[in-house]
Amino acid sequence: MANECCFRTLDLDRPWLLEQYRSRGGYDALARVLGDPMDPAAIIDELKTSGLRGRGGAGFPTGVKWSFIRRDEPGDKYIVCNSDEGEPGTFKDRDILRYNPHALIEGMIIAGYVVGANVGYNYIRGEFWEPYERFEGALEEARAAGLLGKDILGSGFDFDIHSHLGAGAYICGEETALLESIEGKKGQPRFKPPFPAMFGLYGRPTLINNTESLASVPEILRRGGEWFRDLGVKNSGGTKLFSVSGNVNRPGNFEVSMGIPFRELLEMAGGVKDGRRLKGVIPGGSSSPVVPGDLMMELNMDYDSIAGAGSMLGSGAVIVMDDSNCMVRVLERMAYFYHEESCGQCTPCREGTGWLYRVVHRIERGEGRPEDLDLLDDVAARIQGRTICALGDAAALPVAGMLRHFREEFEYHIDHKRCMVGAR
Amino acid sequence: MSFKHSPMVRVADPVDKEALFTPEIRAEIDRWVAKYPPEWRQSAVMAGLRILQDHNGGWLTQPLMDDLAAYLDMPEVAVYEVATFYSMYSLEPVGRHKLCVCTNVSCMLNGSDRLVEHLEKRLGTRLGGTTEDGRFTLKEVECLGACGGAPVMQLGRQYYENLTPEILDSILDGLE
Repeated sequence: MANECCFRTLDLDRPWLLEQYRSRGGYDALARVLGDPMDPAAIIDELKTSGLRGRGGAGFPTGVKWSFIRRDEPGDKYIVCNSDEGEPGTFKDRDILRYNPHALIEGMIIAGYVVGANVGYNYIRGEFWEPYERFEGALEEARAAGLLGKDILGSGFDFDIHSHLGAGAYICGEETALLESIEGKKGQPRFKPPFPAMFGLYGRPTLINNTESLASVPEILRRGGEWFRDLGVKNSGGTKLFSVSGNVNRPGNFEVSMGIPFRELLEMAGGVKDGRRLKGVIPGGSSSPVVPGDLMMELNMDYDSIAGAGSMLGSGAVIVMDDSNCMVRVLERMAYFYHEESCGQCTPCREGTGWLYRVVHRIERGEGRPEDLDLLDDVAARIQGRTICALGDAAALPVAGMLRHFREEFEYHIDHKRCMVGAR
Repeated sequence: MSFKHSPMVRVADPVDKEALFTPEIRAEIDRWVAKYPPEWRQSAVMAGLRILQDHNGGWLTQPLMDDLAAYLDMPEVAVYEVATFYSMYSLEPVGRHKLCVCTNVSCMLNGSDRLVEHLEKRLGTRLGGTTEDGRFTLKEVECLGACGGAPVMQLGRQYYENLTPEILDSILDGLE
């Protein structure tokens, strides 16, 4: 089954329009929630039943997250959507914003109703101008139709949504860095605890979810938590958007059931380009350790299957690499990325990502030393678990994965001062 | 549990905000200020910097940043912090067209190296440089979140996907 949830309007002409969304049951869930006001606890239970887990990459159960905020707590509360999509390989939220922005709006309004918030912010990365304009257009449509703003659908419930545009910083995808950024500061992560549910935006209780998570909520409520759960597999309910890129014939986003064999997903993406051999796959965005091609062909696209191979499903960004690629070079580029994007707050990450890059860089240039592989392991181990946020781990994990599965390529580079696969 | 959490305090003589920018720019910034709680005008600093940069040929000067600090009731250094932290702000003059080429993994697997090489040769400048005639700035950027169309370049507010040197040429030929 494909395109059941976030992409359910994708086959329509100009699917981002309100009328198109409504033709597929859009805003039915909201009308039901607010019509004969539903018990917020029942909505949370439905989400828990659905098995929906955070689609930004962490995979935390969405229903459980929603239960952390006390609806009756007085004072301002906020809903924040994380559309700061920046994990290399990930491009799904961009398409939700471009092709089905109303699903996100409806999800955010329902979230506001459940936790008792009246304002929501959607943090869209600064480069996403087209998606931002599409989202703004949808907000206007929703306001004009009485679906957003004061007294929504005559229910007495007020909720409004504002876009906040980023300006180029991967770290702002980290939830507390994102909140700092909305407050007009550098995007440097906060210590947790306290968690955003208690002390979030402007120091107030805040529910922060990924775009895909929030956009999945309306259809889950419309068709039931069990319907969604049964589309997937154990511990990985529902459908998921997989962004497939790299050396494939038809890269793109595919909304399919959790647990689909990787083999089938690869087929949907047209298979490996030029009929080459599959060498390795980064299964969940560049922070997830690489999985060798042969092993990957035996795995299914769900949290447990990928974790069983020592990697992570993450954001569902699948980067496919064929056998013409040099893994030293791939790791060099990834190490450069984390070095470039480290916010500089924690010493192990600020300094360690530079060490990782410089050492892989010299190996790639044929200037590596025999002790460099141990050095890489050592530096990675000294970053992991020693930083405020997960960027440190994200920088360290791919190194360990590459050295575990493709060690001989690194050794060849060091010994022969050139590339094993002849990539250059 | 209680944490100190309030907007940053500006210690300076009050200024006449209406004298700071043109009415057009003020209106643009005010549209963003209105999204946030009244005491958190500083939340509009990112939008403010973007708007000022767009009106100033693509880069930010210190006087502009100081004026924005005054306009949003925040310390000047807090504006500098933001302007230097995020990659989309330029603190030096840039070319009329800023070519932002992604070279991250998915783009690299699809030939972004060839694009960079081609651009460096055609423009006679390296990554990070600006052409002598002030027309182009060539910039390497991190993942643009459009890997399905790799290799990708951002030019102004628009993305160009599935690029080849030939397509790049036709895009550049069409620019002033």
